[in-house]
Parts: sequence; C-alpha cells; structure tokens
Amino acid sequence: MEFLNGFVALSNFVLVPAIAYGSQLALGALGVTLIYGILRFSNFAHGDTMAFGAMVTVLVTWAMQSIGISFGPLPTALLALPFGIAGAVLMVLMTDKMVYKFYREKKSKPVILVIVSMGVMFMMNGIVRVIIGPNEQQFRDGERFLIKAREFKNMTGLDEGLAIKSTQAITVVTAAIAVALLFWFLNKTRTGKSMRAYSDNEDLALLSGINPERVVAVTWIIVAALATIAGVLYGLDKSFKPFTYFQLLLPIFASAIVGGLGNPLGAIAGGFVVAFSEVMITYAWKKVLGYWLPDTLEPSGLVQLLSTDYKFAVSFMILIVVLLFRPTGLFKGKAY
Amino acid sequence: MERTKNIGLFAIVAGLIILTGMIQSWNSALLIVNMGLISAIMALGVNLQWGFAGLFNVGVMGFVALGGLATVLVSSDPVSEAWAAGGLGLIAALVVGILVIVATGITIKKLPAGKMRLIGATAVLVGGFFLYRAVFDPAVAAIEAINPALQGNIGGLGLPILLAWPIGGVLAAGAAWIIGKTALGLRSDYLAIATLGIAEIIIAVMKNEDWLARGVKNVIGLDRPVAREVDLQQSAEFVDKATQWGFDPVTASSLYVKFSYSLLFTAVLVVLLVMAQLSLNSPWGRMMRAIRDNEVAAEAMGKNVTRRHLQIFILGSAICGIAGAMMTTLDGQLTPGTYQPLRYTFLIWVMVIVGGSGNNFGAVLGGFLIWFLWVQVEPLGQWIMTIVTSGMAEDSALRLHLLDSVAHMRLFTMGLILLLVLRFSPRGLIPEK
Repeated sequence: MEFLNGFVALSNFVLVPAIAYGSQLALGALGVTLIYGILRFSNFAHGDTMAFGAMVTVLVTWAMQSIGISFGPLPTALLALPFGIAGAVLMVLMTDKMVYKFYREKKSKPVILVIVSMGVMFMMNGIVRVIIGPNEQQFRDGERFLIKAREFKNMTGLDEGLAIKSTQAITVVTAAIAVALLFWFLNKTRTGKSMRAYSDNEDLALLSGINPERVVAVTWIIVAALATIAGVLYGLDKSFKPFTYFQLLLPIFASAIVGGLGNPLGAIAGGFVVAFSEVMITYAWKKVLGYWLPDTLEPSGLVQLLSTDYKFAVSFMILIVVLLFRPTGLFKGKAY
Repeated sequence: MERTKNIGLFAIVAGLIILTGMIQSWNSALLIVNMGLISAIMALGVNLQWGFAGLFNVGVMGFVALGGLATVLVSSDPVSEAWAAGGLGLIAALVVGILVIVATGITIKKLPAGKMRLIGATAVLVGGFFLYRAVFDPAVAAIEAINPALQGNIGGLGLPILLAWPIGGVLAAGAAWIIGKTALGLRSDYLAIATLGIAEIIIAVMKNEDWLARGVKNVIGLDRPVAREVDLQQSAEFVDKATQWGFDPVTASSLYVKFSYSLLFTAVLVVLLVMAQLSLNSPWGRMMRAIRDNEVAAEAMGKNVTRRHLQIFILGSAICGIAGAMMTTLDGQLTPGTYQPLRYTFLIWVMVIVGGSGNNFGAVLGGFLIWFLWVQVEPLGQWIMTIVTSGMAEDSALRLHLLDSVAHMRLFTMGLILLLVLRFSPRGLIPEK
C-alpha cells in the first residue's frame, strides 16, 4: 500500500505532467530538427511560429464559441486547430518566399540564415503582439478533468489521488497521432522519401531529379503544422501567452540537440529526456520518499534539488553534458 | 568619398536627435543620447565577437545583467548583521561547492573509462550537491531574515560606483571564460544555443537568489557618480546660473545631471573605441580576421584558433558587462525582472548588423540609430495610427485595438529593418574595410 501510494503521488506530480510536457517539447523539437535537416539552419523564429499558429487557433476558437459551436466534452480549440495550421502554413510559406528563398539561392552560410531567422522572429513576435496583445488569453473549454483526484481516491481506496487533466490526455493522444502521421509520411510516401534523401545528401538528391523547392515547401508545411499543434497543446495545457513561446525556444532546442539535430526520432526522445529531467529535478520528493523509505530514513526537508524557477537551467545542463560527451546527440544527428 | 558618406550618416543621426530635442524636449533627447552611448558600447562588444572573430553570442543579456549586479555588489553598503549571521556559512558553502567540482574532476580522471567512471562521478556530484545545500541553505535563510523589507541580502563593498564599471567587466569576463571553455569548440549554432541558455540562467539566478542582490525585490537608490537634482536645486549658485541662462531650475538640474552622464559615457566610449580601432589594425586584429575568414588555413599557419576565440569572447563580453554596469548606474536601480532577451540580446544584434559588422564605427552608428528608432517608433506609430483611424468612429473596437497595439509595433519594425538591411545591404551602413 505504501508503495502504491508513493507511486500514485509520483504519477500525479511527476509522470503525468512530464509526459504531457514532453509531448509538447517533442512536437516543437521535431519542427526545429526538420528545418535543420532540410534547410540546414537553426530556426530562432520557431517559438514565434508556434505562437502565431496558436494565436490563429485561439481567434478561430473564440469565433466558434461566440456562434455556439462546441466539441462536446473536448475543447473547441481542437476543431479550430486545422484553421490555425492553415494560417501558420500560409505565414511560413510567405516568409520562405519573401525572406529565406533569396539566401537559399545565394547559398549563404547557415549562420547568416540564423541571423535572418532572428529578424523573422522579431517580426512574428510583433505581429502576434499587435493582433492578440501580450497578455495571457483564455480559450480552453470542455471537460476540465479526465480523472479527478477525489474520484480516483474513492475508486481505489488509496490515500493519494491521481488527477489527469483532459488537456494532458489530449496532448498525449494528439501528439501520438501527429508523430505517427509524420513517420508514415517520411518513411512510406514518395515525397517523404525524397525529403529524407535531400536531408541525407543534397547533391545526390538533386542529381536523381528531386525538386528542391518542392521539398522545402513540404518541409515548411509540415513544420508549420507541428508548430501549431505544439503551440495549441501547450496553450491548452498551461495558458496562451505570446512571450512563453519565445521562452520555450531553449528547452526545444535543447531537446533537438540532445536527440541529435536533424534526427526526428532523436527529437522525440530529446523532448522526453528534457521534460522528465526538468520536472524531476524541480519536484519536491518529500512526499514520495516518505512513502517509499522506512520511517527512520524519512527526509526532513523538501528534497527538492532546485527550485522551479531554475527549470531552464536543467535543460541547459543536459544540453551541455550531451554536447561535451556526445556532440552528435543521443541518436546520431547530422551535426558533427 | 567614403569618409564623407560616413560622416554624413553620423550627422543624420545627430540631426535626428537634435530634432527630438527641438520637437519633443531636450530631456528626451539627452535620454536617447545616454542610452545610445550605452548601446553603442554594447554593440562594440558584440562587434568584437561577431565582426572580428565570427563568434555567434546571443547571451548578451546575461553579461549586461552581470554588469548590473556588479554595481550593487560594489557600491551598496555592506550589511554587517547579514555577514555576521550567514557570511561564514556562505563562504563555507562556496568552498564546499568548489571542492565538489574538483572532486568530480578527480574522479573522472582517476577512474577507468566506462560504467564505473559514470557512476562514480555521478555519485560524487549528487552527494556533493546535497552537502553543499546543507551548508548553503541555512546561511541563506539567516541572511534573508535580516531586515527583509529593506535588505535581506549581503550588501556590497560600499565603494564608489564608478569602480563598478570595470568590475562589472571583470565579472562578465569571468562568466565568459567559463562559457568559452565549454562551448567555444562547438559549431556556431551550438555556441548560440549555449549562450542563449547561460543568459537565461544568469537572469534566473539574479531573480531568485535574494541574498545576493534582493532578487525581484530590486535594489533601488544606488549611488551616483554625478550630482543629484535635488542638491542642485538647493544650491543658490546653480539656481542663479540657470536663471541667467534662461532655464527654470528644475529643468536645468535634470538636464545638467543627464549631461554629466553623457560626458562620462562618452569618455568610456571613446576609450573603448580607440582601443578597438587600434586592435583592429594591429597584427592581432589581422590575425583575428584571418581566423574568421578561414579557420583551417589559420590553424595550419600555427595559430591557436580555440585560444584566440576564447580571448576575444572574453574581451567582447567584458565590454558588454561594462555597458551593463553603466546602464544600471544610469537607472539608479537594479531590476532583474526587466531583462528581456529581445531587448538586451537581439536588439544589440540588430545594431551590429545594421551598423556594419566588422567595423567599429558601424557598431557605434548602429547603436545610436537603432536606439533612436526603438524609442521613437512608438510615438511615430501612434501618430500614423491616429491618422489611419481618424475616419473610424470614436469608439469603434478596431480603432481602439489598433491604437492599443501601437506599443508593440517596435518589435515588428526592428525585424523589418534587420531583414531589409540583410537583404539589400548585407554588409551594413558602414561596411568593413
């Protein structure tokens, strides 16, 4: 019983939140890693792409709510998601045509593209703030919880409750579907295969008749879709605030690099590694250890390694450790 | 020809600032000059790293903040009760921390590679961390309990605040050394992410470690290197002079104080600019550019690329630290909550790119120009929006929203300027020679 109680407490405060957060990071990191693999630069505007897609979704959600469309127990935002994706796709395709294409044709150095993406980041950040403002916005509706802590206690008779927010469940399910679709696309379809070929060896791919502009356009579309999904899920789970998406850039890059830049599978693994370490290192273990350790060893302090304000420091430490000891990432990435 | 063009560009920016003085007020013009001077120094620092050596540092904010921290640690009075209560514990914790790191290093060196080394190092590190926290936490609690409304921190050294400027540089240089040692061997994107991260961590530390500089409770009322307005207004001599010149004493005192800052900042800028120019044209500067343009060739010529990179990374960061200390001195307060990467890192980058990377005068020009725009885009946007929306109903929601959103136009404008310059004049307004 003691062990079960401890495990439930652990699930409630660590496992469930970390899985949800990890899925969001993984989706974000997939976008970064795809851009890196195909377009060969680190896209600093990715956080703001997420914010833009999420913003369009929020606006459509509000419109739907105001004319009375709802999705039953599920959040209306899921219905609005396709519109958000469409908006983000239009935005990135336009950005690519007006901004990035020029440098691609000139074969500029990657670092120039990174600086260009800084300019795009500024502009997108500005656009989002002009349209929806810098404040926190509420757009979640539908059922709040999948399982409530009290219900769980009654059901199992344990002392500890397990609460699963519906947004957490939705996050994991949606992320799983998105990732499955992505991998099916990359591995089974002709376009997906041409993308991987282009990523592996650009010259060889060009020789075999792959149209680079098409590959790039498809990549941007996928990236915009992933970014929007990640942004909306994060917004549903926590809250929508333009600035937080900018701050997500660091853990997202950490995830992509930890997994190996350019490697989609690595991005997913990296997302969960970063999320679990962040949550576990900033969690106060007193409760769980209280159940698991014999009474004599019960800790007196909170057993919290770092305060939650330092969660960015955690992703950073992981990043540094991986860069120092395994610069290609956990899975072999493109960057040597 | 080129010289005339450059002088013309500087004249335009000076003209813009003078125009501000005539249309808005001389007070705001001097404010722009002062922050422009500081921005120019930050841009010099980034230009040293990017323009001379091609190092991609997006952690400027962190070094600037460290400079700000230095002003508190140098100029505020020491809190002797806090030192008595927890000073010893704090120093002990510091020693324990260093010992743990050394012990981990030794473990890694001594144990054979493989599982044993990993387990051993992790064990030492985790055990050491708990030991460190056991010493550190009570000391911090004791310090933060001392007069928390006003102090609750260890205070500073009680030295003149001007000393904080070089010390801010040294602090930033120290941080740069640690980062450089770990991250400089990596590819440019990785260095970018690493510096981005370290800047966030520095801000997080400054926000949360209340014992150091009161965290988000802020430190206000820092010392000043120049006279205070109130004192000036009470001095009969000053009031006489002001009325003689046709100013009312209040305006005159505030202008006088700002102008004194301008003189101090100009002195620092001139010294740094001369040093940067001399180094650029020295054999050292030529070597740096040779490394930037072709690392492999430079290495083949026997240049130690990593070593030189570390050197210039430290120098550039130190300059950012000096600028940060100057900025906090000008503000008279340290507010860790106000450090934003868009403003303190990426805006500086816009300055360097727009001004002309690799050219010190370009960086200075970019600093002034972009800072001027950053300040003036808002009133300008307000003016344009008022005209655009003048046809709409007084209380139309769209009109109100548009007027409201003007405040955020500056980010958009800065991005646009950066992209336009990169596209049509990628070498900046004053290109590298």
